[in-house]
Amino acid sequence: MNLPEYSRKMRQVEVLGINLLRLITLLTAVPVIGIIVFILIRGLPAISWEFLTQMPRDGMRAGGILPAIIGTVYLTLGTAIFSVPLGVAAGIYLAEYASDNATTRLIRIAIINLAGIPSVVYGLFGLGLFVLFLRLGTSILAASLTLSIMTLPVIISTTEEALRSVPNAFRVVSTSLGGTRWQTTWRITLPQAMPGVITGIILGLERAAGETAPILFTGAAFFLPRLPASPMDATMALPYHIFVISTSVPGMPLQIQYGTVLVLLVFVLGMNLLATLIRNRARARRQW
Amino acid sequence: MKAQRAALNERIINSLIKLAGYSSIVFVGLILIFLVREGLPALNDVSLKDLFGSRWYPIEGYFGILPLISGSLLVTVGAILIAIPLGIGTAVFLSEFSPSWLRNLLKPIIEVLAGLPSVVLGFLGIQIVAPFFRRFLDLPTGLTAFTGAVLLALISLPTIVSIAEDALNTVPPAYRQGALALGATNWQTAWGVTVPAARSGLLTALMLGIGRSIGETMAVMMVTGNAPVLPSGLNALFLPARTMTATIASEMGEVATGSPHYHVLFFIGIILFLISLVVNLTASSLSLRSRKRAERLLS
Amino acid sequence: MQSKISVQNLSLTYSDGVESLHEINVEVIANAVNVFFGPAGGGKSSLLRAFNRLNDLADVRHLSGEIWFNGKNILEPDTDVIELRRKIGMVFSRPVPLPLTLWENVAYGLLLMGEKRKNRLDEAVEKALRLAALWDEVKDRLNDPASAISGGQQQRLCLARVLALEPEVILLDEPTSALDPVSTAKIEYSLLELKEQYTIVLVPHNVQQAARVADYAAFFLQGRLVEYGIGKQLFVSPKVKETEDYVTGRFG
Ligand SMILES: Nc1ncnc2c1ncn2[C@@H]1O[C@H](COP(=O)(O)OP(=O)(O)O)[C@@H](O)[C@H]1O
Ligand SMILES: [Mg+2]
Repeated sequence: MNLPEYSRKMRQVEVLGINLLRLITLLTAVPVIGIIVFILIRGLPAISWEFLTQMPRDGMRAGGILPAIIGTVYLTLGTAIFSVPLGVAAGIYLAEYASDNATTRLIRIAIINLAGIPSVVYGLFGLGLFVLFLRLGTSILAASLTLSIMTLPVIISTTEEALRSVPNAFRVVSTSLGGTRWQTTWRITLPQAMPGVITGIILGLERAAGETAPILFTGAAFFLPRLPASPMDATMALPYHIFVISTSVPGMPLQIQYGTVLVLLVFVLGMNLLATLIRNRARARRQW
Repeated sequence: MKAQRAALNERIINSLIKLAGYSSIVFVGLILIFLVREGLPALNDVSLKDLFGSRWYPIEGYFGILPLISGSLLVTVGAILIAIPLGIGTAVFLSEFSPSWLRNLLKPIIEVLAGLPSVVLGFLGIQIVAPFFRRFLDLPTGLTAFTGAVLLALISLPTIVSIAEDALNTVPPAYRQGALALGATNWQTAWGVTVPAARSGLLTALMLGIGRSIGETMAVMMVTGNAPVLPSGLNALFLPARTMTATIASEMGEVATGSPHYHVLFFIGIILFLISLVVNLTASSLSLRSRKRAERLLS
Repeated sequence: MQSKISVQNLSLTYSDGVESLHEINVEVIANAVNVFFGPAGGGKSSLLRAFNRLNDLADVRHLSGEIWFNGKNILEPDTDVIELRRKIGMVFSRPVPLPLTLWENVAYGLLLMGEKRKNRLDEAVEKALRLAALWDEVKDRLNDPASAISGGQQQRLCLARVLALEPEVILLDEPTSALDPVSTAKIEYSLLELKEQYTIVLVPHNVQQAARVADYAAFFLQGRLVEYGIGKQLFVSPKVKETEDYVTGRFG
């Protein structure tokens, strides 16, 4: 076999290989588009004003999904109340205050672990600490607290990363003008990092909004004939409702199932889109 | 006076920030404490031998968790076998061969996949994937470990792709240029130079993918058929199974607080916690080591 | 001739373990332009950052000696560093406007002090900008982002930002290294005016600049103070061989 022939063979193998990689990439990406288009097509017919604004009827086989929508909104907001201040402050600590020592490494390891703990284990933890030990009962409050801790690592990491991307020269200059660490953070680095921080917050809350396992035993209700009146009430929520109607309610009309999935998808992907928009806009505007 | 108040405010704020910084350690500690508090009593209720027995039938007092552990392993191994070629292949294509417009199009799509709630994927598993496999593979039911593995692969793909792609992107350009200058083709450079140079990052991707799979709950619970039986052979992949996560999720709602069943479910939680601890520590130590190595090379 | 800052036996080592300043003894003379010059890596910036304790931000492993300023050794741990930095201002080699408006940049130090009265702030901003010879060029666009003006203007903005705090000492670390000749001349001219009121420490970006503006000069080489004296004498008839080689352009 002479050399040109050999390299022609090699060429063919490589072209084949690259096409194989193309195919693999398509296999990864196409289902995503497929899923979204499919749910849109199957779910849209279910969407109506009544569907979004009425209580379920006939054992949830008719009527709307208002309590699930409201519940998910409550849970998302409740999660934000706890996780945003705590997560942003912790991100500030890591980016602006912490020195590189053993304690800081321990914090980082803790965050990595929080990020990896299975969501159902968060559910157990929430049940043990919030529902039973602190006697909050199965409630929006207990579920929000559970979701908050699950969301923390996302918010902390993105906040830290956003702060770290702010040029150090600003910190040095602010300090040289008599700025304390907090003043420098509050007036310069945090505002500059804000788009990144907000993006991280939204991505964290997006995850919380779509989670089922952590709220299963901490705040989710199978069915409630009325809207929750206080943070101490249990609540319906879109993700749990989808689980319920697709596994535990015989004779559930498919259209309602797809419609509910569509509503959750719009909720979650809408947040995702918002995060992307904020990030891109900030990138385009940045002066440094 | 004013300066004093400002200094006091500053001190308070700094303490709060420090406290927030330390909170992660506190939470990991609390999680461990409460899992142990509720889970360790399982050892009083059930002997260790019975606990690691092969029969899970709580109503009659059988709390053998081996079927659940093996169910989790079965589904996870299946998922990883599907996700590795897809995930690494996609990452290599995106970082080494894809034109940038295509990359800019595909990356957000994969991010969207990461954002899909697992209950949505579980729903589609019930509606579409399971019936498809039942007909295609001619099975009595489509709700099998294999269906779960397919969904899990989809769920862990975004993690694997994005971390693997990061790892490939951080390989210094000089490596590639060196290989290309010696006359290597893009293909040879990618597999002979870039991928090996990024291997610890790729391993991290793999570890976190595994972590994602073992911990996933809703999707597997909805599509694996919920049969806590010890797998007896390779064909177990195409039979119903039950993971640790699904067991907790489906049974915790019905147990009496403080009963043996309750404690055992928490005990399973401890096992899951420990697995995720090991997986994540391994992953982070892998990527930490690689960072140090790169520094030494650059200086 | 009165000493404003007195440095005694100052040694400094960063975490890389190399001694970046070795047993430095030098006086900074009040109401004069004190020039610290020498090749890169000599420790000039490190010394300047020691004066306003900005090295607190760096990874310093070892620091010994004393720096006396207004009757206090500022290296003592109980020093009020915030107060110190207001009295000893610093301009860096690259102009770094804060990501704020022009007005906010100049008022920044005063805002940090808690000054809220708009008329006081406006007065201070105008005064500082005039001193830095920038007022006429920017007075109509004070609410524009500071990044919108030219590099030379930005560096004068940085000077104005320091002046607004009415410091006692101004440290300038190669302030003209990124500037065109015209902007350089403007800054040098400002310095000659400013020394009537302020004490100035300048790290020049070349020997010519050092010779043009120095009242007192100190030559630094690899962390050591080689020679120190009255500017004119040191440049015309240096006593030490290394200084002579450097000012005549034989190395560096
Ligand atoms: N922040 C720092 N961390 C570690 N080493 C530094 C730092 N700043 C300066 N150095 C080192 O100290 C020595 C003196 O540097 P510098 O003070 O910047 O000198 P000059 O301003 O005369 O060029 C150099 O070897 C430099 O590498
Ligand atoms: Mg310097």
